[in-house]
Amino acid sequence: MSSMGSLGSVMVAMSGGVDSSVAAAMLVDEGYDVTGVTLKLWGGDSDTGCCSASDTDDARRVADQLGIAHYVFDFTDSFHGDVVDTYVADHVAGLTPNPCVECNRTIKFGRLLERVDALGIDLLATGHHARVEIGPGGRRQLLRGHDSAKDQSYVVAMLSEAQLQRVRFPVGRLTKADVREHAARIGLRTATKPDSQDVCFITRGGRREFLREHVADRAGSFVDGAGNVIGEHDGYARFTVGQRRGLGIAMGERRFVVDVDAGSAAVTIGTPSDLLRDEVSVRDVTFVDGPPLAEISVQARAHGPAVAARLDGGRVLFAAPQLRVAPGQLIALYDAHDPDVVVGSAVAR
Amino acid sequence: MQEASIAYLDHAATTPIRPDVLDAMVSVLGHDFGNPSGGHSVARAAKADLEAARESVASDLGASPSEIVFTNSGTEADNLAIFGAARAARAAGHGDAIVVTSIEHKAVLAAARRLATEGFSVSEAPVTPGGIVDLEALGDLLDEQTGLVSLMLVNNEVGTIQPLPEVVELVRARSPRAVIHTDAVQAAAWVDVATLAADAELISVSAHKLGGPKGTGALVVRGLTPLVPLLEGGGQEHGRRAGTSNVAGAVGLAQALRATVDERDVTIARVTDLRDRLRGRLLEIPDSWENGDAAVKVAGNVHVGFGGVESEALLVLADRAGVCAAAGSSCSSGATEPSYVLAAMGLDPADAGASIRLSLGFASADTDVDRALAVLPVAVEQLRAAGGTKIRATA
Repeated sequence: MSSMGSLGSVMVAMSGGVDSSVAAAMLVDEGYDVTGVTLKLWGGDSDTGCCSASDTDDARRVADQLGIAHYVFDFTDSFHGDVVDTYVADHVAGLTPNPCVECNRTIKFGRLLERVDALGIDLLATGHHARVEIGPGGRRQLLRGHDSAKDQSYVVAMLSEAQLQRVRFPVGRLTKADVREHAARIGLRTATKPDSQDVCFITRGGRREFLREHVADRAGSFVDGAGNVIGEHDGYARFTVGQRRGLGIAMGERRFVVDVDAGSAAVTIGTPSDLLRDEVSVRDVTFVDGPPLAEISVQARAHGPAVAARLDGGRVLFAAPQLRVAPGQLIALYDAHDPDVVVGSAVAR
Repeated sequence: MQEASIAYLDHAATTPIRPDVLDAMVSVLGHDFGNPSGGHSVARAAKADLEAARESVASDLGASPSEIVFTNSGTEADNLAIFGAARAARAAGHGDAIVVTSIEHKAVLAAARRLATEGFSVSEAPVTPGGIVDLEALGDLLDEQTGLVSLMLVNNEVGTIQPLPEVVELVRARSPRAVIHTDAVQAAAWVDVATLAADAELISVSAHKLGGPKGTGALVVRGLTPLVPLLEGGGQEHGRRAGTSNVAGAVGLAQALRATVDERDVTIARVTDLRDRLRGRLLEIPDSWENGDAAVKVAGNVHVGFGGVESEALLVLADRAGVCAAAGSSCSSGATEPSYVLAAMGLDPADAGASIRLSLGFASADTDVDRALAVLPVAVEQLRAAGGTKIRATA
């Protein structure tokens, strides 16, 4: 009860990692009334994902050290339906899903934010490396994290200004090194914990093994750009546009997956130049705070480069040709003049 | 021991330790530190404490001292009963079939399911919507091959007292070689275990549900009931449970059980009044209901559901307002898993997920009920307002 601040109340989503641990610590220091929560998301047999018992123990121990209450919410049903099933269905459809984005959209800033509201708690905080700042007229802006190497604005680019009013990312103004240093200074057991890797519900065997177990895949042909069959594969769903490794066919020069067609199970192979596109059609366009100026920069991978583009209705037009964005991938939209400012998101068709 | 402003309504999870139990244990830990298996004066002092505790527990459970096996938990007592009796029955050629109910504590269910992977035939008898074992269905599962039957005396979630004497009669008639185990961990605080379980060969109890310490339980092993031990070693507990005796724990269990038995009638009368007030007011909330047949519940149990409310959120609001309650069956992480007990009673997942358990005990007072009633109705209303829940018409 040491933290009953006049700043209001905040629930911190604590994964048991160092970023969210320090986020909670910073909010306590700032004087918020802080409550911790860990989401149990995956009831599978793995004990290494983001929701394992030992991670929950770590989060609870950190909460104890900070003198704040800590709860566990079991959202396994939502996670299974909204994230894992979607991940599987997207693969079946030949798409390249981003389950962490989907989890942020439907779970953390969906069901959890609703729960926070229902509990009468003012704010939700997470350990994402992004920043929420007050812009003109008191409107909230979403910015890249201060540590460009750890910036996670891409995975929260779907948030709206209305959500940002209720969301805080305390560690977004720190570097990762700062975060670890802060955790070590106050003696948190998570200080030296390694960063989480990959998708939390995929552990033993990796993505390929998970897909083998969960996706009704179909064998098919490798074809070239003209539709000529140049080989056979054992399942289209494990291929992603832009993929180079694991094609299992010997070619004279570097070859990439250019297209995946779920209907015919055909996987088109081509050279890097076959992957170049002037534009990408998009769906599910969201804006942080209304439509931006037409000139934007776009980023199609969590840590990829942002490139100049224009948004034209359902299309993103690149200023210079770019490697094709895999259908299903999120595209984060940034302000062309202030490259730290997120203006929205879209999903590649 | 707890903040005055906290309403602790989770006695089925654990109870505060009784001050006299604590004093007795501290005295043992501080003075009679000997290993009771030894032969010198220090060992003899510890042995005297241990055997006095054994006599006391035996007397309160209707057993003889040689029939008491101290364990390190109620779970261990259940595991020793299930694994030990099933393996002994198999070794004696008495049958590989085990019959339990679908609402047993996980300490029984998980042990039985483990045995199923070792080739035992395990059947789980269904229960009625009121949370009572279906006697007819249970009877159908019994035959000459049945080597072990396990029925809890009181359910930990919904507090229903199970018809153990009737089940004993059924088992004796149909499965003459079967050993009967009862998990009396939740029962000992509320019912006369010595009488109700008089004909069971194996009875599990746990100290911390009675105002005793965590980390101590006991299993009554009647007469010469064959039992394969789980822990082998120095032959303690008549060879049934090796390991240096936890003398302070045994003393704590004995004293907590004795206090419980001595005060039981008074506690039940007092807690029944508290419970009725709590339950009565909560059931005035629109679209609320009670889980478990109220006619056969122990005095300490209130298990209520509120349509459209997520129990997980309700418990947070309750906790933030100083009311400690529970839902489902708690797991080590602090998460609440969906209740298999409520599912076995036929509740749909939404109604099960809208239910909470408030469990009172010897330490409960009027102020606890006052606080719960000041907090819970308002919290239910808040969550319903946030979720836009439409209240179902009550029949």
